[in-house]
Amino acid sequence: MALSRQIFDTVIVGGGGSGLRAALQLAEAGHHVAVFSKVFPTRSHTVAAQGGIGASLGNMQEDHWLWHMYDTIKGSDYLGDQDAIEFMCRKAAEVVYELEHFGMPFDRNPDGTIYQRPFGGHSQNFGERPVQRACAAADRTGHAMLHTLYQRNVRAHCQFFVEWMALDLIRDYEGAVVGIVALEMETGQPMIFQAKSTILATGGAGRIYHSSTNAFINTGDGLGMAARAGVPLEDMEFWQFHPTGVAGAGVLITEGVRGEGGILLNSNGERFMERYAPTMKDLASRDVVSRAMDQEIKEGRGVGHEKDHVLLKLDHLGAEVINKRLPGIREIALKFANVDPIREPIPVVPTCHYQMGGIPTNYYGQVVAPRGASGSNEVIPGLYAIGECACVSVHGANRLGTNSLLDLLVFGKSAGDHLCQWLKSNPQHRDLPHDAADRSLERLARLDNAESGENITEVANAMRRTVQHHAGVFRTGKLLREGVEKIREVAERARNTAIKDKSRVFNTARIEALELENLVIVAEATLVAAEARTESRGAQAREDFKDRDDKNWLKHSLWYLEGSRLDYKPVNLQPLTVESFEPKVRVY
Amino acid sequence: MTTSMTREQERLRWRSRRGLLEMDLILQRFLDQHLTTLTAAEVRAYDALLQLPDNDFLDLAMGRKGPDDAALVPVLEKIRQS
Repeated sequence: MALSRQIFDTVIVGGGGSGLRAALQLAEAGHHVAVFSKVFPTRSHTVAAQGGIGASLGNMQEDHWLWHMYDTIKGSDYLGDQDAIEFMCRKAAEVVYELEHFGMPFDRNPDGTIYQRPFGGHSQNFGERPVQRACAAADRTGHAMLHTLYQRNVRAHCQFFVEWMALDLIRDYEGAVVGIVALEMETGQPMIFQAKSTILATGGAGRIYHSSTNAFINTGDGLGMAARAGVPLEDMEFWQFHPTGVAGAGVLITEGVRGEGGILLNSNGERFMERYAPTMKDLASRDVVSRAMDQEIKEGRGVGHEKDHVLLKLDHLGAEVINKRLPGIREIALKFANVDPIREPIPVVPTCHYQMGGIPTNYYGQVVAPRGASGSNEVIPGLYAIGECACVSVHGANRLGTNSLLDLLVFGKSAGDHLCQWLKSNPQHRDLPHDAADRSLERLARLDNAESGENITEVANAMRRTVQHHAGVFRTGKLLREGVEKIREVAERARNTAIKDKSRVFNTARIEALELENLVIVAEATLVAAEARTESRGAQAREDFKDRDDKNWLKHSLWYLEGSRLDYKPVNLQPLTVESFEPKVRVY
Repeated sequence: MTTSMTREQERLRWRSRRGLLEMDLILQRFLDQHLTTLTAAEVRAYDALLQLPDNDFLDLAMGRKGPDDAALVPVLEKIRQS
């Protein structure tokens, strides 16, 4: 079947913060750019980011990019690449001022400068004292950023393909990426988009977890596309968790609730944090509380029909305190947990929030992967990845708060800038291979022809339960080994799904089946990489290997879909201009 | 259920995929209860709500604010009650 074809200089998959920032750089330089998005761009998941953008503007107290760099490296538990981290922290002020110039409504100081908020982990002078570094627009920073960038892109004549889902990358015989196959939801028809360069900007894949703060659209489509095209996925064992998401929903209950006196209880009604953190109890740090909660659940002291959550009790604070100091929490509990915290505890569970790993890139956003037996890292011509779907790696094993929005801006712009140069020396479109659309067409044909098979929702639930249970916060070799077995069974089931509705037009079941194929790839990468990493570092906490092991594990994992194989590459400890930050024990 | 949905209903279901998880959850419950029985006027009102930015829609759905347009009230009430 010959598909119709359109031609662009650059196609960008994903219309969130990073995709829009890269598109803007290219469109304003006069390039012919297309952005593909499953939903209207201003409804991308970037809209959920509230905290702010980290940048050492020094508007509140003295600050320096080198201190920001130190905080980021320490936060990453030394798994972050120090060249990329220096690049990001040095560029932070510039990208924030640019956004200001574009019309972003930042909060202001009385003197007119951008107001900066305090945020956990941000310090002056290499950990000496806290510093206010987060630039925000009330509690709508991500929302304001998306709208600002979208308007600017429309002005620059960037072309948007809204309600299109990208299916696969097209690689030619030399391995260069020469475009994508994408599906228009309205018609259900696939089409080829030939391009000199392709940028993946599809965000995280947090929906692999049963409890996730991520919106339903976060299905790791770019990760699936990359993996199917032979590109490895880096550091997929590292996922950031928040201790208190509403069980069964994922909506966050702020840590302020425990600050006000809320306590966690297991199925015996025991205040279990007293055992794990005798001094700080329920106010211990995020990772300690998350791990304790997950351990209680794993050891059978969870609450509920599935014994899969614990309880957050605050009724003892009294109606007055709850209504006065925690009104938003009561609203969330009523709406999403169907309980009134004035009378009943809220069911909570550690909840997946952010994906540190992703498609391996350098700080220009170019996708890099080992080539041949030599294993040296080489650029994949024509392919870029930015934002949460990429692993550059600035977050390493654990992301510093406010660095996610910064990552989008810095590397979105950097990829755009690099491409403006790259397109000058690569002015021609490469030929499409004869089999350009084969992989996508086979995937669609399987779904369209399968008379019977596995139910999408059931397989998706099995995947989410498996990842939540086996690759949660509390990890052991046994749990992970069992998890690898189970996820491979799930992956097999995902290859045999069937949908009843064979219509092409706006067939959401068909879209969800395609999304599930991407999610399952990410889930398998996560379990396999976590099982192999026999150490604890950042977000990976192994009960059987409790310490960080720099001798053996100061390296990035690379997982390949083909053969579900792992490879490794060293962490880049060499910054661009300053001295290396040597790994130290991480204490706060 | 999927097979009996019209294309218009499928379209509304897809456009109910949002950037905020809270909105995904609220709209999923609303659609599960009401999608197949919405009147033409309610579909028009719901379409208008879907055009809103997520944060503004969330404020309306949680009852923190009221809608400017009275025509949105009936469907918004169903969303709030779902």
